[in-house]
Amino acid sequence: MSGPIGLAPADLALAATLLLVSAGLSIWLQLRLEWKLAIAATRMVVQLVLVGLVLKWLFVLVSPFWTGLAALAMVLFAGREAMARQERKLTGWWGYGLGTTSMLIAATLATVFALTMQIRPEPWFDPRYSIPLLGMILGNAMTGVSLGLYTLTTGAWRERAAIEARIALGAVLRGAMTAALMPIINSMAAAGVVSLPGMMTGQILSGVEPMEAVKYQILVMFLIAGGTALGAFGAVIGGAYRLSDARHRLRLDRLSAAKSNG
Amino acid sequence: MPSVLTIRGLTRPGLEPIDLDLASGECVVVRGPSGAGKSLFLRAIADLDPNDGHIALDGDAREAMPAPDWRRQVTYVAAEAAWWADDVGDHFADWTAAEAFVEAMLLPADCRGWPVARLSTGEKQRLGLARALALSPRVLLLDEPTSGLDAAAQEAVEDVMKDRLDGGAGIIVVTHDPAQARHFATRCLDFEDGRASEMAL
Repeated sequence: MSGPIGLAPADLALAATLLLVSAGLSIWLQLRLEWKLAIAATRMVVQLVLVGLVLKWLFVLVSPFWTGLAALAMVLFAGREAMARQERKLTGWWGYGLGTTSMLIAATLATVFALTMQIRPEPWFDPRYSIPLLGMILGNAMTGVSLGLYTLTTGAWRERAAIEARIALGAVLRGAMTAALMPIINSMAAAGVVSLPGMMTGQILSGVEPMEAVKYQILVMFLIAGGTALGAFGAVIGGAYRLSDARHRLRLDRLSAAKSNG
Repeated sequence: MPSVLTIRGLTRPGLEPIDLDLASGECVVVRGPSGAGKSLFLRAIADLDPNDGHIALDGDAREAMPAPDWRRQVTYVAAEAAWWADDVGDHFADWTAAEAFVEAMLLPADCRGWPVARLSTGEKQRLGLARALALSPRVLLLDEPTSGLDAAAQEAVEDVMKDRLDGGAGIIVVTHDPAQARHFATRCLDFEDGRASEMAL
């Protein structure tokens, strides 16, 4: 098995010249994107280098504490991103807490399951395995969770008159809402799997035998499917619970006003 | 006359505490400018929004029964009927129970198969009332039930309301029509800035 071919900084600088082509086009066509491009490129490089440094440090330490802290930070960032994608957030602690908690539980379960039952590194929390695995599961669970919550809250808001008409005629809200949401949860779980990590190609590039890379890809697909379904389920069921109460009322007062698009 | 609905200190944000006794066969009219709290009052009775206070139906406290059971007996009909399925018939749990009301309100019996999208404003309003009447509620909470109707349809709806009252039901109705108010009710609640005061008609 051949190892990966190393890259020198000069190689990267050479690749960056491709960006100059885009910048040149922007200037020529007066798109005024050249500065945005430059800033985005610089930020990308700085962020990735920082990630690389943190990972390198984590891999050397193999500390349960620092690995756990890094994992927690990833979940908190994912929770913030899921909340930022909402048009109408749940008010109070629920706005951030529901999506984040769902992802925390779902991604932790899927990652720990893979680490302790299938991949089984030594120690089981080895950051070389746990952190990338969590990242892939989390990224997809976030899509499922934020889409699921979005569909729930905007749907409840848009259909409030029809929902209340049924309640006024004696329909049961709590429980019925959950049953009505099952198809949504299923489709959100599927939507999460759409964004595939480029793990297999990455492994092949780094010299891993193709069939071995394929097996890893299959494993990760199953983990993502499970993690996303679990996360979307938790978030949507929790959201439905929060938007109703024990007297079967529709509690849209627990949603914040719509984010203005201006 | 025994009271069907007893309300003591009913309050919610935007509404000051209200007491009311509604007798069997009695209609109370609710009046007042837009935004004075008329709909909030009806919604609070039906327990559609969080509210405080004591309400009882025939002596049974509201909190002692599940909210859906309460709303089937104390039924709110919104000013604008909302629809959740494509066809009229899908909005009725028991079409047989509704059919007599549908025909009494001058709608053809075959409207069961009509698409909701085809209904006129007046047809929607009457069908919205019919699906509530089909539950045979003890108390009807009607929010401007005849606002979009022509004279003939309005009279038909009023006849149905009268018939319900004769059968022992109680009605609380929001209306802007003084003639309608005098026609049914002996008492009215005048709303102003969330405060209700009782008047004789």
